Amino acid sequence: MRGRAQEAGAVPVPAARRPPALLPASWRSALEPWALLLPAVLLVGATFAYPLAELVRLSLKSSFGQGVGDSFRELVRDSTFLLALEHNGYLLLAVPILTVLAVALAIFLFEGIRGGRLYCVLVFLPITVSIPVVGGVWGLMLERNGGLNTILRSIGLDGLAQDWLGSKDLALWSVLAVIVWSQLGFGVVLFLARLLSIPPELFEAARVDGAGWWRLHRHVTLPQLKGIVQFYVLLVTITILSWIFNYVFVITGGGPAEATIVAELYVYRQGFLYNQFGLASAAALLLLAAVLVFVFVFFRLTGREETE
Amino acid sequence: MTVFWKTGPLGVAAATVQQVAFVFISLTVLFPFYYMLVNALKTRDDYAFDRVGFPPDVTFGNFSRLFDETPILTWYLNSVVLTGASVILSVAVAALAAYAFARFEFRGGTLLYRLLISLLVVPPIVLVMPLFVLAVRLGVVNTRAAAVVVYVGILLPFSIFLLTSFFRTIPRELIDAARIDGASTLGILVRIVLPLSAPALVTLAIVNALWVWNELLIALVLLQDEGLRTLQVGVAQFRSRFDVDIPVMMAGLVLASWPAIVAYVVGQRYFTRGLLAGSLRG
Repeated sequence: MRGRAQEAGAVPVPAARRPPALLPASWRSALEPWALLLPAVLLVGATFAYPLAELVRLSLKSSFGQGVGDSFRELVRDSTFLLALEHNGYLLLAVPILTVLAVALAIFLFEGIRGGRLYCVLVFLPITVSIPVVGGVWGLMLERNGGLNTILRSIGLDGLAQDWLGSKDLALWSVLAVIVWSQLGFGVVLFLARLLSIPPELFEAARVDGAGWWRLHRHVTLPQLKGIVQFYVLLVTITILSWIFNYVFVITGGGPAEATIVAELYVYRQGFLYNQFGLASAAALLLLAAVLVFVFVFFRLTGREETE
Repeated sequence: MTVFWKTGPLGVAAATVQQVAFVFISLTVLFPFYYMLVNALKTRDDYAFDRVGFPPDVTFGNFSRLFDETPILTWYLNSVVLTGASVILSVAVAALAAYAFARFEFRGGTLLYRLLISLLVVPPIVLVMPLFVLAVRLGVVNTRAAAVVVYVGILLPFSIFLLTSFFRTIPRELIDAARIDGASTLGILVRIVLPLSAPALVTLAIVNALWVWNELLIALVLLQDEGLRTLQVGVAQFRSRFDVDIPVMMAGLVLASWPAIVAYVVGQRYFTRGLLAGSLRG
């Protein structure tokens, strides 16, 4: 462009740097953000807006040509769905377990412990392994003759050796244990990062005042962790309600005899195995509603800002 | 922090209890890795005889059988291609949108941003069935393009959130100065904002890459063709393939897990930061 301007023998003027405007400047500046947003809006619309609208439509249209809302009525009478919800409820026990363990371990590591650096690396290691791999290994270790029972028997604890995944009473708790194994490291790292950002003067002051270990953590450390703990509880709860498909699918597939079916697996089966789109859509919508209600109540109770 | 209380008999006892707890946890963490590795190196008979001990004769036969009997290299390649394409596209599209949110005041902007952020809590299981039906209708089931579009769409709310908050920290004067010099909006984004945001972009790329690499449900549903299958879907179906030949399955699990473990050990710092940033995704 500069070449052309020199050819014409003219001094380059600033206006020549921009292509001629098709629209008035005010229109252009109003349209500019929307032009930047367009690809994102199209993609998010295709992956979120369309499916959500379609779910509402499918859930209201019954697969047997019955009236509006029949899918929901059928759903709440389906004992398998209720069982799945019950299992999600039991698995929520992972929330307090993970939170308490992660806070305790983070505080121990923060205080300094012999070998702390190594423990940090190890505690975090499970996070790197994908859930299908985690499920594959644990599924084999928890077999009747798998690694866990072999060890229990070799140290004389034969009585504790159980059919961890084959027993209807134990399978769900075994899945819970695997979830805790693979998720714990993340909480520890999260809390440890927060602890390291607390100004050391706070601890010094409490110590000068003669606070012991328990009082120090009760009155200084835990209040400082409050915000991040709330966030972690929110995150783990949402995970247990609606992001554990991978664990259950790989470890037990929902068995034995639906002893480990969860809401997500129910949606997957109804939708992809039994072609019950109405039921699957209704279940998916209820699941989403449950998550949204939880998030809403959570923010109401904790008084936190939405985007925090 | 100095360990001021670990003195005296009570303190020593407490420190001992902590050590015991950490040793127990470390063993619990390490055991599945150990189990996977030693059994991948055993013959079928050795595995049946002893599942916990070292292999009496180390064999690599399971790995060669794995390569013979499964297209594991194809799965790897599929995962790499999907992850690469989704990461590049999601970061690029998110950068454009985040720049609009961070630097422009426009009607409906705040509302749209809030709407986007609230999508963070929508679980994939809710979306996957209508998306599958749509893909069937459009005839794009078993195409990588469809899977990439879905991945990018799901990654966008978090990506936009992360980049918007980072772009807002860039001093306005830098952008105004460039504008006075006649730089276009895209020019400012590419030459000023993006280079200043390198740490955020690296973190985002890591988070998104991990997510796509480990994703199971969408790949399971949208890429059913054996030639398009991803590593995670292949791994998830090992059990039914190798039910009588577990050591081969163990070899497959070892091959599927080493990239992330090596990446973690090598780039622990970025990895941790990436995961912490990723925590904001539901």
